[in-house]
Amino acid sequence: MSDMSAALLPSARSAAPVATERDWVRRLTIAVALVFLVLFLILPLAVVFVEAFRRGWEGYLAALQEADAWAAIRLTLNVAAISVPLNVVFGLAASWAIAKFEFKGKSLLITLIDLPFSVSPVVSGLIYLLLFGAQGLWGPWLMAHGIKIAFALPGIVLATVFVTFPFVARQLIPLMQEQGIAEEEAALTLGASGWRTFATVTLPNIKWGLLYGVLLCNARAMGEFGAVSVVSGHIRGLTNTIPLHVEILYNEYNFVAAFAVASLLACLALLTLALKSFLEWRHGADLAGGAHR
Amino acid sequence: MARIAEQRQAVDIRVAGVTKVFAGAAALDDVDLDVRPGELLALLGPSGSGKTTLLRIIAGLVEADRGQVFFGGLDATTLPVQKRQVGFVFQHYALFRHMSVAGNIAYGLQVRERASRPSKAEIRRRTSELLDLVQLSGYESRFPAQLSGGQRQRVALARALAVEPRVLLLDEPFGALDAKVRKDLRAWLRDIHERTGKTTVFVTHDQDEALELADRVAVLNQGHLEQVGTPDEVQDHPATPFVMAFLGQAARFPADIRDGRVLVHGRSVPVAAPRATIGQASLYCRPWHLKPVALGQGHVTGSISGIRRLGSMRRIEVSHVDGTKLEVEVPLVTSLRPGEEIGLEILDGVFFPSS
Repeated sequence: MSDMSAALLPSARSAAPVATERDWVRRLTIAVALVFLVLFLILPLAVVFVEAFRRGWEGYLAALQEADAWAAIRLTLNVAAISVPLNVVFGLAASWAIAKFEFKGKSLLITLIDLPFSVSPVVSGLIYLLLFGAQGLWGPWLMAHGIKIAFALPGIVLATVFVTFPFVARQLIPLMQEQGIAEEEAALTLGASGWRTFATVTLPNIKWGLLYGVLLCNARAMGEFGAVSVVSGHIRGLTNTIPLHVEILYNEYNFVAAFAVASLLACLALLTLALKSFLEWRHGADLAGGAHR
Repeated sequence: MARIAEQRQAVDIRVAGVTKVFAGAAALDDVDLDVRPGELLALLGPSGSGKTTLLRIIAGLVEADRGQVFFGGLDATTLPVQKRQVGFVFQHYALFRHMSVAGNIAYGLQVRERASRPSKAEIRRRTSELLDLVQLSGYESRFPAQLSGGQRQRVALARALAVEPRVLLLDEPFGALDAKVRKDLRAWLRDIHERTGKTTVFVTHDQDEALELADRVAVLNQGHLEQVGTPDEVQDHPATPFVMAFLGQAARFPADIRDGRVLVHGRSVPVAAPRATIGQASLYCRPWHLKPVALGQGHVTGSISGIRRLGSMRRIEVSHVDGTKLEVEVPLVTSLRPGEEIGLEILDGVFFPSS
């Protein structure tokens, strides 16, 4: 017995110092990360809710029921309801083309899809204003035909679509590239039409990745400030989305109302985060590609 | 099982003048091929020879630039892939990963238009019949990820057979499997083919697989069809030097042809030549066409650089004086030793006049 423990000792002794050193480094890095998280993420989030409820539930609800706040909420939901489906269609089409076909200019297309990520949202908003605004390129013609784009819903939707374009496509391109086209070809040889193949083979294979992309796209569509700020014109009760309305309320020193409306966006962020984590936990393999094959 | 065999008369496949160009290079150059009804034909060739492209053109997955494809009397050239009614088995199975085994097999029946779609009970019956055929009964509700490679390949074949295809096309069916499973599946595929009687074309780069399994072998090289024939024909009477070299080990000797005789280094070889043929030629010899003899005798000399066992024989590697290496088959018990200088007598071979 004593022989055995003596034989085991050397390895245990040599392993111990390494383990404690790693332990020490690990704790420090975790502590630093935690402090950062609390200071820059959790604290501000808590402040939003604390400020929103400074005058209790009644104050909070009153701020949300105010007519202009309601208009902002409705507009934001409308914008998201239009731009997210549009980007689902664009994203699906783009990633399908990139993943399943070979064509000239493919890498250029991939670069272009990423463009909204690298351009400042304010600049993209300005571009739309230069195109569709009253002094813009097509402004006079649009005005003559009674079409309002800038400082109206269409302009806000256009800016939002531009800014949120990459989310669905970026999520689906690697996934579809990894899955290849063999399953689609198999469905075709078995007699399925193109649409049938898409609905019964392609879509089920990418559905979790698509949902993930939609989630991120929606969060950005509802929270976008810069691009929308430029094209909306900040007309209270008409072209103010939630983020713009928060800014206006804050600038008017109406802190409770500002934070109450802001808390909606915070809730959306938390919900998105929760759903995103759930997807990653439950369907991680389907998001990254056929790891379970 | 009898039902599956009687469902449709086997049809022939005719490929006429098929040409396909990829990125400026000819993948297939004016290929004509006839596959007889009920035949098991192997498309054999090295990678890049165009064999998979030819199979995909027959299936309708790739469009030929020129040429036609016929099934029986039917011109299928312009038929889209969905209407060709081919059973296609993909190299990496391409099973629908989100569907069960039963779902995969039933897919081709379920996507039919209402008028020709069998009832649910009939689909279930056919699915279980096919699972039986591929020896996977009890696996209905498994998913592809839960199957081994060999099992996936069998599901893929059952799925292809479910739609009662005119012909069966298999792309490197055993390419992704390990050696033992390959051997088992070969015998099994032969068996299935005999039971279903479908005209079947399979692509392979493995000459042993082609020669063992197929009724006839079509050898492709750089988009050209080099030879089509039974395993015996292509092995005993290769049409081109490429076929000779691709089907197995072959040593090449420069030869002279005169008066109906083939001469290597001035000595006659027991290979007959037509009297009309005169001039330079290349003589190709398999390892069993050569016999070690005492130094100074035979047609060529060389030194033994290696000896290894190959089943019930031994192969000796001989370095020829001109630097080339050649292989000779000898009995298991041999007195030959590495480093020894020996002569080699040519017993047989196939010659091709130099062009």
